Amino acid sequence: MSTTRDPHDTISRRSFLKLAGLGSLAIPAGSADASIWEAFFRKSFREMNRDEVGAMLERLERRYAEEHGYQLAVKVTGPLPGVKYGYGLDLSRCVGCRRCVYGCVQENNQSRDPQLHWITVLRFAKGEKWVNDLERADAYYHAEAVPEDGYFYMPVQCQHCEDSPCEKACPTKATWREPDGIVVIDYDWCIGCRFCMAACPYGARRFNWGEPGLPAAELNPDTHYLGNRPRPKGVVEKCSFCIQRVRENPGRYPACVEICPVGARKFGNLLDPASEIRYCIDNKRVFRLKEDLNTNPKFFYFFAT
Amino acid sequence: MRNFLAALRMVLQGNRFYYAWLGLLLALIALGIIAYLRQLEAGLIVTAMRDPVSWGFYISNFTFLVGVAAAAVLLVVPAYIYNFKPIKEIVLFGELLAVAAMVMCMLFVIVDMGHVDRLAHLLPVIGTMNFPSSLLAWDILALSGYLLINLFISFYALYKMAHSRDYSLSIIKPLIILSIPWAVSIHTVTAFLYNGLSSRPFWNASILAPRFLASAFCSGPAVMILIFQIVRRVSRIDIDNKALFKIAELIAYAMGINLFLFAAEFFKEFYSGSVHLAPMQYLYFGLHGHSPLVPWMWTAFLFNLCAFLIFLNPRSRQNFLTLNLACVLVIIGVYIEKGMGLVIPGFVPSTLGEIYDYSPSWVEKGVTVGIWALGALIYTLLLKFAMPVYTGALRFYAKD
Ligand code: SF4
Ligand code: SF4
Repeated sequence: MSTTRDPHDTISRRSFLKLAGLGSLAIPAGSADASIWEAFFRKSFREMNRDEVGAMLERLERRYAEEHGYQLAVKVTGPLPGVKYGYGLDLSRCVGCRRCVYGCVQENNQSRDPQLHWITVLRFAKGEKWVNDLERADAYYHAEAVPEDGYFYMPVQCQHCEDSPCEKACPTKATWREPDGIVVIDYDWCIGCRFCMAACPYGARRFNWGEPGLPAAELNPDTHYLGNRPRPKGVVEKCSFCIQRVRENPGRYPACVEICPVGARKFGNLLDPASEIRYCIDNKRVFRLKEDLNTNPKFFYFFAT
Repeated sequence: MRNFLAALRMVLQGNRFYYAWLGLLLALIALGIIAYLRQLEAGLIVTAMRDPVSWGFYISNFTFLVGVAAAAVLLVVPAYIYNFKPIKEIVLFGELLAVAAMVMCMLFVIVDMGHVDRLAHLLPVIGTMNFPSSLLAWDILALSGYLLINLFISFYALYKMAHSRDYSLSIIKPLIILSIPWAVSIHTVTAFLYNGLSSRPFWNASILAPRFLASAFCSGPAVMILIFQIVRRVSRIDIDNKALFKIAELIAYAMGINLFLFAAEFFKEFYSGSVHLAPMQYLYFGLHGHSPLVPWMWTAFLFNLCAFLIFLNPRSRQNFLTLNLACVLVIIGVYIEKGMGLVIPGFVPSTLGEIYDYSPSWVEKGVTVGIWALGALIYTLLLKFAMPVYTGALRFYAKD
């Protein structure tokens, strides 16, 4: 962590504030001014008007700069009209190289230490029964080279369920589904109860058990409020379909789609009949994970060959 | 003011054992606070919880205590049915126990939060409570409502007694009646918290809520039996042996039902042998070589079974040595079963099939001990105040 302040100063100050009964308010040293109280008494993101959002973003950017030395821009680009995102993954192409995992870490400012990944790449032995019996999958294989003989691979990340158990579970409405189908989390509203993690059938949600270690030099400074801005400790996070990229106009691919060396990953607008994702759905035999749970994911798996 | 001081003096006076007990509790609470400060500083990373097992010891304790709180008040029901005299004691001490247990429950949820400073986001109106969709929102309302009801009943009754006035039954009786279904509801809602998650087959079984109630009806009354004996010894309140034996009999029935439901679940899982068997296998036999909970679960099962036999047999349940032994066995048995034995297999194997062997870290144990000590302290002080009021040794003077 490359902060400019003396860490001991922060610690003692924080402990003092805690003893003063303020709980774990992460009050940055040297800026104990009104903005903290504004932040504390703020409304939830969805209830704010434009001015309030503007003030909050400014506060946020200043805090990032002061606390972590991150110079970054936080945007709140809204959903594009007439768009519903869908994701496709070709299991016959995936080679288990996990470039997507690390591409995602970089793009989305995930903690490097402790490591935190939004994508899990599972390995299955060919010929095993699977899909329902994920216990036989291995999330931590140590192969010399991939793909390995006799195995195939299945990456799993947030499936952006249409009937999302996580949204239903969250007691504070800190997580919800946007009109374009992206399930987001307000990282400044989440209380860290982890009920959503118990509810998610796809192990997609990750918790910041410790202070995320994200060196300023490795920061991706182009961030979205609901996406890849640096998260505080004690909140849950997950894949947002790279909301900061896909909502640009013209939209960009999510980082994992862009980086996949074998082109196993497809992405597009489900409402556009000419889109790549629609082509896959119309022409391949697609399936979704754990269909029996009725979560209705926007993430489709298929075997192209 | 004078009344308050009188009460304070009463609560602070005691013999050597009393002071030693208070001192011990305070020391344990201090330990808990130190552990919690450490957790605030570093984050929940100092616990042994991780992404695959995202709830652990704290939530296990929470679940067990909801049962104790519920059952303490549910004792009212048999008291009414059998219509025995010591009902007043049962209601009052049960309600005070519920108060202490509720406070502990809430603390266990709070220490489990990643961001306590955002606690207000949970509340209706101030925050954005996800009601009625989130079961956690329901649980918060149910638990706090229950705490308020019990606080009100017990303090109203004590207040009136302390002023040598009869409390009006028309006020208190509807509340007592209300507290009965409410007690059922807090435990049911807590069960539904797990039950409603379709992604977790171990919890997503219809038998969960009934099993919750059955086991709560074992552990809560067992706690009460032990407490009544202590109350009887340290004060002039006289509690009939018959009452204790009646409660013991009830525990026998509840435990019988609990064991039967357990057998039903065991049969369903093992006979059909579907993939949903995995958590059960993990608990009782170990899964792919992982078996940290296996000895615990069999201990719990044996304890419950022994206690059941003791409670069932009138001779052994009317002998205080075996009775107390059985109470202790039941409390431990249910604590394992409705604590770690319920929460952990919901997460193991995880939704992506990962097996993570969880066992609580020192910080978690420290915080937990601290909260239990605080609960014990609250209950001790409440009793210390309530007992003399009850016997008439402590009287307030009305202002007029
Ligand atoms: S995959 Fe999990 S986190 Fe993503 S929307 Fe579905 S339930 Fe929520
Ligand atoms: S951890 Fe955060 S997002 Fe998840 S349920 Fe709790 S408050 Fe909601």
